[in-house]
Amino acid sequence: MSLQIAGVGKDFGKQTALSDVTLDIAGGELICLLGPSGCGKTTLLRIIAGLESASRGSITLDGDDLMQQAAHQRNFGMVFQSLALFPHLSVEDNITYGLRLRKMPAAARRQRAAELLDMVRLPGVAKRAVSMLSGGQRQRVAIARALAIEPRIFLLDEPLSALDAGLREAMQIELRELQQRLGITTIVVTHDQREAMTVADRIAVMNGGTIHQMGSPIDVYRRPADKFVASFIGQTNLIPATWQDDRLIVRGSLFDPGQAARDNQHTSPDSHETWLSIRPEELIVLDNNAASPPGATILEATVRFIRDVGASIEAHLELPANDNQPAQSLVALVSRDKVQHLHSGDTTRIQLTADCTVVLET
Amino acid sequence: MSAPVLNAQQTPAAAVEGFSRSETVTLAWPMIMLSVFFVIPFGTMLAVSFFERVPGGFFEPGFTLDSYARFIDPFFFKSLGMTMMIAGSASLLCLILAVPFTWTLTRMRHHHRVLWLVALLSILSLSEVIIGFSWSLLLSRSTGIGNILVWLGIENRAPKLSPGLGAVLTGLCYLGFPYAVLVLFPQLSRLDPTLHEAARMLGASPRRAFMNVVLPNIAKALVAAFIMVFVFTLGAYLIPQLLGKPQQWTLPVLIADQALFQSNLPFAAAMSIFLLGVSLSLVVCVGWLGRSSQARIEDQSTTQSTTQSAAS
Repeated sequence: MSLQIAGVGKDFGKQTALSDVTLDIAGGELICLLGPSGCGKTTLLRIIAGLESASRGSITLDGDDLMQQAAHQRNFGMVFQSLALFPHLSVEDNITYGLRLRKMPAAARRQRAAELLDMVRLPGVAKRAVSMLSGGQRQRVAIARALAIEPRIFLLDEPLSALDAGLREAMQIELRELQQRLGITTIVVTHDQREAMTVADRIAVMNGGTIHQMGSPIDVYRRPADKFVASFIGQTNLIPATWQDDRLIVRGSLFDPGQAARDNQHTSPDSHETWLSIRPEELIVLDNNAASPPGATILEATVRFIRDVGASIEAHLELPANDNQPAQSLVALVSRDKVQHLHSGDTTRIQLTADCTVVLET
Repeated sequence: MSAPVLNAQQTPAAAVEGFSRSETVTLAWPMIMLSVFFVIPFGTMLAVSFFERVPGGFFEPGFTLDSYARFIDPFFFKSLGMTMMIAGSASLLCLILAVPFTWTLTRMRHHHRVLWLVALLSILSLSEVIIGFSWSLLLSRSTGIGNILVWLGIENRAPKLSPGLGAVLTGLCYLGFPYAVLVLFPQLSRLDPTLHEAARMLGASPRRAFMNVVLPNIAKALVAAFIMVFVFTLGAYLIPQLLGKPQQWTLPVLIADQALFQSNLPFAAAMSIFLLGVSLSLVVCVGWLGRSSQARIEDQSTTQSTTQSAAS
């Protein structure tokens, strides 16, 4: 089942919660809507579910216009943030509620509930009251209930946010395996970028009611489109830079950001401010006695603080203030053997290379 | 700064002796109020119900069950039945109106909700007399809302809606409605709104989702609200008299009639005791029913889970 979302927007009074979102989701794909709270991700999910009406735009499912269908006619499975298990019903009755509405005979319903509980690895609790289950067990029951109706689309709204960290990671992997086994088109709303990286085929990074970037987890991490995406997904160093036509100037030095970035700039050649994003693990700190590679862009920095984080060393550096720019702090993750000579207060050099630097399209 | 320290020192000593003097004085006040305005009048009423009636006069102290014996009379049972019917249907009607209203109220924006609650609470400030007379005017032939039908050309002549059973129920409903909303509101606002949405996502129409998921989860509040309005309307005296025909006069009206006009205080007292007994036992009954059904559900789930664990 492929879902086409075209120009969907939502206004609450004068406020725009969602502005013209367009998104194509292929059958069997798992999409994560990722963003901070209030970015419109839940509103978009609720519009897809039919629990909220869109102010404009259209949503079609394999060419079938969804705007004409109420929530209860769409046959979508949804897991709510609160899980919304029915407290007055047993586990089995919760799971088979949708099947009872579809007039499935009682014996078949019971069998289906047992199958689903096996599927979510929770056998033998069918007759139990929902209140007697642990958080992780409730989570599984909520997933089983949503999948019981064999939904056309599977929607999850911050499904794992109530679980503690260890259990959450295990459930993320389990959820992803289950989704791939069933091959069901799935949309997950989350504010947790690690969760999105774990489960998603593609991530839609949202902020302020729009999608900032849409891409595979590694794409979004390696090639963030703008400053928001770069800082929201993982940790990053943002260094201001200036395009002067097709020359990129970073703190007074000329820097060659590579063919792709230059091509991008060629499409609209003008002078403007931009940002470079360098991940801490990709920031190159040069050895004290190593010679500077010819033609490379080298910046001088002061070591402020060194912290051993186990697998590697975290170095807090500072680019000193100059005529045009204030001092700026950077974080670098470097391997242990490389920084034996690095001490607080030392002056060191960092090297910018096209490979590990992303020029943001502001 | 020194006051809390002093208090802390005093408290253990006071606890040993029981209550401190200030606490005794504070607690004595409600005790006195309760005995003066409840226990003593109730005791007097209980005693009077066993006194002998002096026909044409007042009553004489004594002990006789004559007043209670008068209950064995078709007329009394008829009016008792009518009283129960009126209180029961008024409370039911009240709930049918109050549940959707309160449900909508909990989903309103904050300041709209406050406005509605203020309006509701202001109904409570009206006395039964004002409510009774207002409704009798509103439902009368000459000045009532029936004239709107005439004005719209639906009816030729304004209908006389009061007195009558409908008018009594309307008045009692109006009286009980704010109480029902106030009892329902906390429960309904605590109800997880996604329960209803979850049922809809599973294929239930909004109405069906409400019946299957919302209603069972607010059953306790419904029972509480029903008892509240039932007991309240059971004791209503002015509304049935102002808006009802003599057939719709409830026990409180008959009690007042016996006490004030027939000067048969022992019989009035006996009827009052009886009415009190009936409403008390109803409250206890419903409370007990609610508890036992709750216990049954819990029993079921525990026995089922124990058999399950035994089987595995």
